Amino acid sequence: MTLNGILQILAYLAILTLLAKPVGIYLVKVYNGERTFLDFLFRPVERAVYAITRVDAEKEMNWKQYGVAMLIFSLVSTLVLYGIQRLQFFLPSNPQGFAGLSEHLSFNTAVSFVTNTNWQGYGGETTMSYFTQMAGLTVQNFISAAVGMALAAVFIRGVSRFETDNLGNFWKDVVRGTLYVLLPLSFLAAIFFVSQGVVQNFKPYDTAQLTDVRTIQVDKKDAEGAVIKDSSGETVQEDLVIDTQTIAQGPAASQLAIKMLGTNGGGFFNANSSHPFENPTPLSNFITMLLILIIPAGFTYMLGRMVKSPGHGWAVYSAMMILLIAGVAALYWAEAMGNPLHPANVDQVAVGGNFEGKETRFGIANSALFATVTTAASCGAVNSMHDSFTPLGGLVPMVNIQLGEVIFGGVGAGMYGILIMIILTVFIAGLMVGRTPEYLGKKIESFDVQMAMLYVLIFPLIILGFAAVTSISPDFGLTSLNNQGAHGLSEILYAFTSATGNNGSAFAGLNANTLWYNTTLGIAMLIGRFLMIVPVLAIAGNLARKKLVPATLGTFPVNTALFSILLVSIVLILGALTFFPVLSLSPILEHFQMVNGQSF
Amino acid sequence: MKNAISIWDKGIIKQALIGSLRKLDPRKMLKNPVMFVVEVGAAFLTLRMIAGLITPTAASSFGFELQITLWLWFTVLFANFAEAMAEGRGKAQADTLRKSKTETTATLIEANGNKRTVAAPDLRKGDVVYVAAGEFIPGDGEVVEGVASVDESAITGESAPVIRESGGDRSAVTGGTRVLSDWIKVKITSNPGETFIDRMIALVEGASRQKTPNEIALNILLAGLTIVFLLAVVTLQPFAIYSNATQTVFVLISLLVCLIPTTIGGLLSAIGIAGMDRLIQHNVLAMSGRAVEAAGDVNTLLLDKTGTITLGNRQASEFIPLAGIDDEAFADAAQLSSLADETPEGRSIVVYAKQKYGLRGRELHELSTGQAEFIAFTAQTRMSGINLDGRQIRKGAVDAIEKYVLSGGQQSPAELRTVVKRIANAGGTPLVVADNHKPLGVIYLKDIVKGGMRERFNQLRQMGIKTVMITGDNPLTAASIAKEAGVDDFLAEATPEDKMALIKREQAEGKLVAMTGDGTNDAPALAQADVGVAMNTGTQAAKEAGNMVDLDSDPTKLIEVVEIGKQLLMTRGALTTFSIANDIAKYFAIIPAMFAATFPVLNALNIMGLKTPQSAILSAVIFNALVIVALIPLALRGVRYRPMSASSLLQRNLLIYGLGGLLSPFIGIKLIDLLITALGLA
Repeated sequence: MTLNGILQILAYLAILTLLAKPVGIYLVKVYNGERTFLDFLFRPVERAVYAITRVDAEKEMNWKQYGVAMLIFSLVSTLVLYGIQRLQFFLPSNPQGFAGLSEHLSFNTAVSFVTNTNWQGYGGETTMSYFTQMAGLTVQNFISAAVGMALAAVFIRGVSRFETDNLGNFWKDVVRGTLYVLLPLSFLAAIFFVSQGVVQNFKPYDTAQLTDVRTIQVDKKDAEGAVIKDSSGETVQEDLVIDTQTIAQGPAASQLAIKMLGTNGGGFFNANSSHPFENPTPLSNFITMLLILIIPAGFTYMLGRMVKSPGHGWAVYSAMMILLIAGVAALYWAEAMGNPLHPANVDQVAVGGNFEGKETRFGIANSALFATVTTAASCGAVNSMHDSFTPLGGLVPMVNIQLGEVIFGGVGAGMYGILIMIILTVFIAGLMVGRTPEYLGKKIESFDVQMAMLYVLIFPLIILGFAAVTSISPDFGLTSLNNQGAHGLSEILYAFTSATGNNGSAFAGLNANTLWYNTTLGIAMLIGRFLMIVPVLAIAGNLARKKLVPATLGTFPVNTALFSILLVSIVLILGALTFFPVLSLSPILEHFQMVNGQSF
Repeated sequence: MKNAISIWDKGIIKQALIGSLRKLDPRKMLKNPVMFVVEVGAAFLTLRMIAGLITPTAASSFGFELQITLWLWFTVLFANFAEAMAEGRGKAQADTLRKSKTETTATLIEANGNKRTVAAPDLRKGDVVYVAAGEFIPGDGEVVEGVASVDESAITGESAPVIRESGGDRSAVTGGTRVLSDWIKVKITSNPGETFIDRMIALVEGASRQKTPNEIALNILLAGLTIVFLLAVVTLQPFAIYSNATQTVFVLISLLVCLIPTTIGGLLSAIGIAGMDRLIQHNVLAMSGRAVEAAGDVNTLLLDKTGTITLGNRQASEFIPLAGIDDEAFADAAQLSSLADETPEGRSIVVYAKQKYGLRGRELHELSTGQAEFIAFTAQTRMSGINLDGRQIRKGAVDAIEKYVLSGGQQSPAELRTVVKRIANAGGTPLVVADNHKPLGVIYLKDIVKGGMRERFNQLRQMGIKTVMITGDNPLTAASIAKEAGVDDFLAEATPEDKMALIKREQAEGKLVAMTGDGTNDAPALAQADVGVAMNTGTQAAKEAGNMVDLDSDPTKLIEVVEIGKQLLMTRGALTTFSIANDIAKYFAIIPAMFAATFPVLNALNIMGLKTPQSAILSAVIFNALVIVALIPLALRGVRYRPMSASSLLQRNLLIYGLGGLLSPFIGIKLIDLLITALGLA
């Protein structure tokens, strides 16, 4: 760990903290339907949208109506995106002439983008046409983020309103979130990214002559593409001269901005944010990381503001910050310690630790911070290979997701995730002050606990269930593994963790574009998003109906440092107790094996 | 706490031991999902162990398997024991009550006036019975005719007999109490098995105990956690198979039982029953567990001024002589005027003169009867006093005395009115004393606030509870007393309707209200309040309306009821936190033990340095079982409650039960490991 690295991380955390309040205030205005300084620009557009779609934006919905609207909207989104991928050969803006995608990959990708996961079973520049990227994927990047934000707004309304069934209007929340928050910020960010060298065009791919021509050995294939074997059964090798490189092009900057801002994370290019056209400079890297957390951070302030207890918002922010700092410190430390298994001729001291799979322009500190931030929020963009981290370094991103994506979390999703944790915290610890547990004047009763536990249960059920089946299925599970042993288990576990947590980052090292993985990961994403939203909406509806109990000295305080620590403890204990057994067989085991010089 | 029973009462423990075996019935266990899982695990392992004996496999180790299985059964039994203990203590309390419910016969008065002897249990609601001196009252009811002194000590523990008469607020009688003198006719108000003693007995015996709202919510949380751990353990086997470290079912079930919240799961119902029990020890009968829980949530306490905040009666607190009158002389006149006054106020004047001025209270016979003539209070004169040695000393309200002064041709000085007004403004009652038509001075009668009430109210305030004093006094007097006693608010010139309106207003703000009451006109308010404590001396209507009955009829007890409610919730929270925090250490005991055989490097996680994998697992299971037993006294007694703000309470309890729960199993498991390896058990 270097002073320079630590300072950069601290600078990032400081700027994020400074931005939380202004962004939060703006979010309050947007979701309360108040005037914003962008009204002159977007108010006419907003009205036009309502007029064309014949939406009565002033009609408030109860939680069931809201949920149905959201589900129908998401179903239509999924079908449209599925269709675009299947038919992309037929659609315009396809200079590379890419074919349509397979059924299961189209299903996986459609679900992936609608659920704000952006798990990518494909390589962007070798699979998707510009039309699919822009009209399909980028549109979903906006909409799925807006849906997540709308749900967070609903939950906050549920907490702050009382004795009502009304939780807002889904269509209005989605439209306002997109128009007033996501669009303008993405626009500014895209222009900034272009200034840093991110490509934004519709040109076919370039071909460049390599100055450093290389020759490699590959399997020799016959006319049908089958590998030729000699009489002894060995594959025949032939030389392949590599003297050109394909330079991918496309409208990357516009997708990049919303990919970060909406915590989507789906890269335009396969290499995601480590690609020089997607994340060219340390500055673009810094802004990228800020974009990931800026809205989730703002939501904590919005929470405090809406419930008229700014201290509560900051207490929640602090809890998230504690977990974020712990994560980045652990990851940075683990990577800076280096990997004793590297050969002696790799000078790890000179580069500051384990540099495998990291970009030289970011270094270890910014790779560690990026990996923490992208998994703390359910973004999933990557600027380094998580698969190449040291075992403990790889543990941090995985645990970040397994804690329930509540360390800031996805736009909106993090907010309602942490609110579930708050309800459990208040319930468990609240009893200790000798009263029926209350959260901001709302009594936490059996229905709320039931729904919160349902939310808490679904998550490990999907992750552990699918991972367990996969890990003992040699045919469809294990054949996709590039590594065996503890690391192989980490790869499987990470994939299902990432999908269920709607993160979308990949540990890599796992060929996930198979029928089994595309389907199960798709199901995991669907359940991880929509099945978990139902209890969230139910709680929001139930809380909004409750009477407000006035706060007294006997009330459980939710705006203190003690509360932040309690919240952190509950998040950690719930996560740790659920996942510690399997983690002890994957990254933890791998760590001790590495320390003892074992590999597989 | 006259009814306190020792935790180690031999009879109860013996009963509880039998009870814990009886509770193994899976149908009964199903009510408690956490312990049900343990029982299923234990039963499953028993079968596996027997199967292993018949067809031994290379992997099986009978000694280890037997011990694990036994300790799982113990875990279930310990939890059952805790519940049986709580029920046993409840039963013991109930038995005391039941003694009063001896089978008696009753004299039923039929519609035509004929008397007929019937068995008490055959009485129905609406029957009228005749109870003569020396007989037991056969059931709860209302006196419809006659006056009698009744011994209610069986229920209240108070030996002094009470008067019960028809009409008014002293008409309610309780089944099982005995008429000492005279006779009464009682109209039975409840069917057999429905009297409040019956209901109470059923509640403490746990038979009809309904789970309270918080208990249900907590049960859901515990069931949810159990499923999460079930999931973690069930999926661990495939991961272990992948890692070539397949586990035996004994190890997996041990891990499961250690992780699921058995500590709180095993003690939860005991805590609930013990909460009811503590109320009974305070001589308060609760009609439902829900009421006890609500008591912990109360935001507003309505307290009757008289008897709760102030001593029942006004007392002399100052003698104010008019200008030119000697202090001693006035005190002497004041005392003389009250010698024959048997009202508490009168007696307080005699006592005050004695304490303040050293004037000994003269007995009537010390004054020669010829010279002394006592003047009793009459509605006409509205004065009382004494004629002695030619003096006419009179005492009364200012209007009456002024009339008396005028009748003697004298003028009362303006100063008198000033003094009287000052006292009235301060919330006191002025009594003027005159001698031979000449006003001497004013006695300041004051409501005396009970000692320690101010501190009590301060504590309540720290707990976030608002106190409201209810009084029939005028607003001025009420304000003064409220200020002195330190209550937050008061309701002056209160009528039952005002009280009701106040409760509704508070409830509309989302607050929970507790009150006490005894009269029939209190009944609607008692029913409306979230916690309504009826006085046992009160009418049947009041008792029916409230959800608690205080056998001692002590309105101050409301504060204790609130504390017991809070203690109940705190005990649940503390043990839940303790139980969850325990799991961390168990992981560090069991996980390395499971996998160290295949992956010796994982021994690095064995931070307790447990001897062998088997001893580690066994130690964790034993600790898990023993901790239930160790916490039974805490569950029955409740965690210590101190009045302080929620913040400080939370901090304190987190430190004790959170941090304690985190650290104690590390120590406990290590010690057990040392012990069982020394004994050669593993």
